[in-house]
Amino acid sequence: MIDSILNPDFFASVIRITIPLTLAGLGGVFSEKSGVVNIGLEGIMLTSAFAAVAGTNFTENVWMGILIAAIVGTLLGLIHAIVTVTFKANQIVSGVAINLFASGITVFLSWLWFHETQIMALDSLPIWGFNIPNPGEASPLVRSLIVIFAHHSPMVYITLIIIIISHILIFKTPFGLRLRSVGEYPQAADTLGINVISMRYIAVLISGGLAGLAGSFLSIEQAHFFVKEMSGGRGFIALAAMIFGKWTPIGTVGAALLFGVGEALAIRLQGIFTIPVQFINMVPYLLAIFVLVGAIGRATAPAASGIPYEKEIG
Amino acid sequence: MNKEKIQKGNLFFSIVEKITPIIAIIGALIIGSIVILLMGEDPIQVYKMMFGLAIGNRDGWGNVLFRATPLIFTGLAVAFAFRCGLFNIGGEGQVYVGAFLAAYVGFTFTNFPAIILIPLTIAASAIGGAFWATIPGVLKAKKGIHEVIITIMMNWIAASFTFYLALVYKAPPTEAMRMAGVQQMIPHTSEIVEAARLPRIASILSKINIQFPAHNPLNVSFIIAIIAAFLVYYILWKTSLGYEIRAVGYNQTASEYAGINISKNIILAMMISGALAGLVGTNELMGYKFRWRQDLFTNLGFNGIAVALLGKNHPFGVVLAAILFGILSYGGALVNIFTAGKIPRELIMVIQAVIVILVVISDEIIKRVILRRKAE
Repeated sequence: MIDSILNPDFFASVIRITIPLTLAGLGGVFSEKSGVVNIGLEGIMLTSAFAAVAGTNFTENVWMGILIAAIVGTLLGLIHAIVTVTFKANQIVSGVAINLFASGITVFLSWLWFHETQIMALDSLPIWGFNIPNPGEASPLVRSLIVIFAHHSPMVYITLIIIIISHILIFKTPFGLRLRSVGEYPQAADTLGINVISMRYIAVLISGGLAGLAGSFLSIEQAHFFVKEMSGGRGFIALAAMIFGKWTPIGTVGAALLFGVGEALAIRLQGIFTIPVQFINMVPYLLAIFVLVGAIGRATAPAASGIPYEKEIG
Repeated sequence: MNKEKIQKGNLFFSIVEKITPIIAIIGALIIGSIVILLMGEDPIQVYKMMFGLAIGNRDGWGNVLFRATPLIFTGLAVAFAFRCGLFNIGGEGQVYVGAFLAAYVGFTFTNFPAIILIPLTIAASAIGGAFWATIPGVLKAKKGIHEVIITIMMNWIAASFTFYLALVYKAPPTEAMRMAGVQQMIPHTSEIVEAARLPRIASILSKINIQFPAHNPLNVSFIIAIIAAFLVYYILWKTSLGYEIRAVGYNQTASEYAGINISKNIILAMMISGALAGLVGTNELMGYKFRWRQDLFTNLGFNGIAVALLGKNHPFGVVLAAILFGILSYGGALVNIFTAGKIPRELIMVIQAVIVILVVISDEIIKRVILRRKAE
C-alpha cells in the first residue's frame, strides 16, 4: 500500500499542487513584508485563472494567456494598493471586496464571452525536460528522478526561479531592506528618506502579479479549463502557508509543500480506503488550521502589517 | 472661535458621514451602467426595469424582503462581531451548519406540536451557527490566531461536512425516481414536518383582509430578523455585555486595564455573531424550501460583510442595506429573465463589490475633507 502511494508520480503531483500555493504565498510575503495584508489573493487567483483561459482562447497562444493573467493580477493588486495605501481603507474589507468582485466578474464574463460557465483552454503548455523513459530502458533511480524533477511544465521551473529571486530580493538587496523596514517601522523608514507609499505600491503590485501567475497555473496547467469558484480557498491556504513559513519565501515554500503533500495524499487515499470524499476534501483546510494552531507563538508578523501608514504632519 | 469651527466641522462630518453609503451606491450604479453600456444595452432601461419590477408592486416587495431576510441575519452577524473588533468572514459556514441542524430537528422530532417544535428548530439554527463560530472565537482568544483565516477554513470544512451529512440523511427516493431508477442530483434531506414550518406573511395578512399574493415566499422569518436587529441594538448599547464588547473592539489594551476579560468577550461576541448567521436557517429552511439542500445558500455570508459595511455596522443600517441588496438581487434576477439572459445576474455581485470599495474610499475622502476644513 505504501508503494502505491509513495511512488515518483506522487512526488511529481505534490510539486504540481504546490506551485500555485507557492506563487500566491510568495505574493502574500511581498505584500505583508511591506505592511499590507492581502486576503484578496483568493479573488486575484480566481480572476487570473479566468483571464488565463480567456486570454489563451482569444490570442490562441498559451503564453499570452499567462501574460494576460499576470497583468490582470497586477491590476487587481493596483486596486488593492489604491484602496489600502492611498485611501488607507481597512485592508481586510478591501480584500473581501476583491474576492466578491472576482466571484461576480468571472461568471459574468464567462456568460458574456463564452455563453457557459466552464470554458476549455484551447492551447496548453509544453512539457520541458527529459521524456519519461519506459521501465527497463533506464535504471529505476534515473527514471524516478526524471518523473519527479525533470518532466514538468515550464511554469514549474519559472516558479523555482521566482522563489530564488524572491529570497535574494527580500534578504540580500537594498530593495529588500527598504521593503522590510517599511513593514516593520514605516515612521523610521520615512525619516531615512524611503518612500513608504511607493514601496507599498510596488509590493502589492508584485503580490498581485504572483497571485495572477498562480491563478493561470490552476486553470491552464492543472485543470485545462476554467470553472466558477475554481480557486476553492487556495488563496487563503497560501496565506496560511505564508504564516507558517514565518513570512519568508523559503519557509512559505516549505509550508506550501506540506499542503501539497496533504492534498496529494488525500487524493491517493481516496482510492484506497472507503473514506467519504467529503472528508478527504476537508484535509487541506483542517491541515491549515492545525498548522496555524501549531505555528502561533513561534511566528511573528511584520510589526506594521495591517496598519495604514499615516504621515505625521507638523 | 476655534471651538465653534470644530463643532461646525463635526456636525458637517456627521451629516456627510451618514450619506457616504448613498454616494457609494450612486457611484456603483454609474460604474454598473458603464458595464451595461459596454454590453451594448441601455443602462437607463435596465435600471428602470430592475427597480420598477422589484418595488413596483406588493409581490415585488414581498420578494425583496424575502431576499433581504437572510442578509439581515448575516449582516447583523458581521456587524456584531465587528463591534468587538472581530472580522467574522465565516458567515457562510455558520449558515450551513445552523440550517442543517434546524433541518435535522425538523425532520427528526416529527411528533412534537408546533408550539414546541418551532422554537426548538429556531434554537437549533442559532446553536449550530454559534457552535461553528465558537471554534475560531476560542482559537482567536486563547491562541491569538487571526479569525479571518480560521473562519474561512471553517467555511470550507462546513460545506464538506454538511454535504456529507446530507448524504447520510438523504431523503428516500420518490416513487417516480424509483421507477426511473435515478438518484438525487443534488443531495437533499427529507422535508421538515408541517409543525416546524413558519407561516407565510400572505396567510397572516389574508386573515386581516389585506390582499397579498399567496405564492409570495415572504414568511415570519422576516419578523424574526427585525426582532433580531432590535435585540442586537439593545445588547450592544443598553447592556453591560454590549458595553464590554464595544470597549474591547475600541481599544483592547485599555479594556484590559479597565478589568474587562478580553478572551471571554471575544468568544461571546463570536458566539452571538455565529448564532445570528445561523438564524438564516429560519428563512431558507423553515419558511421556504423546508429541506436542506447544498445549493440553497450562496454567498450569504460574504454578502453579509457588504451589508454590514454599507449599514455602518449599525443594526438599523444593516436592515436598510439588506433591503437595498434585496432590491438589487431580485431586480437583477428579473432583468436576467426579461432580457433572456443577456444581462447576467452576476452583474449584481459586481455592483455589490464596487459599493463596498466605494464605501471605504468615500469614508476616507470625507475624513480628509473634514481634516482640511479643520486645519483651515
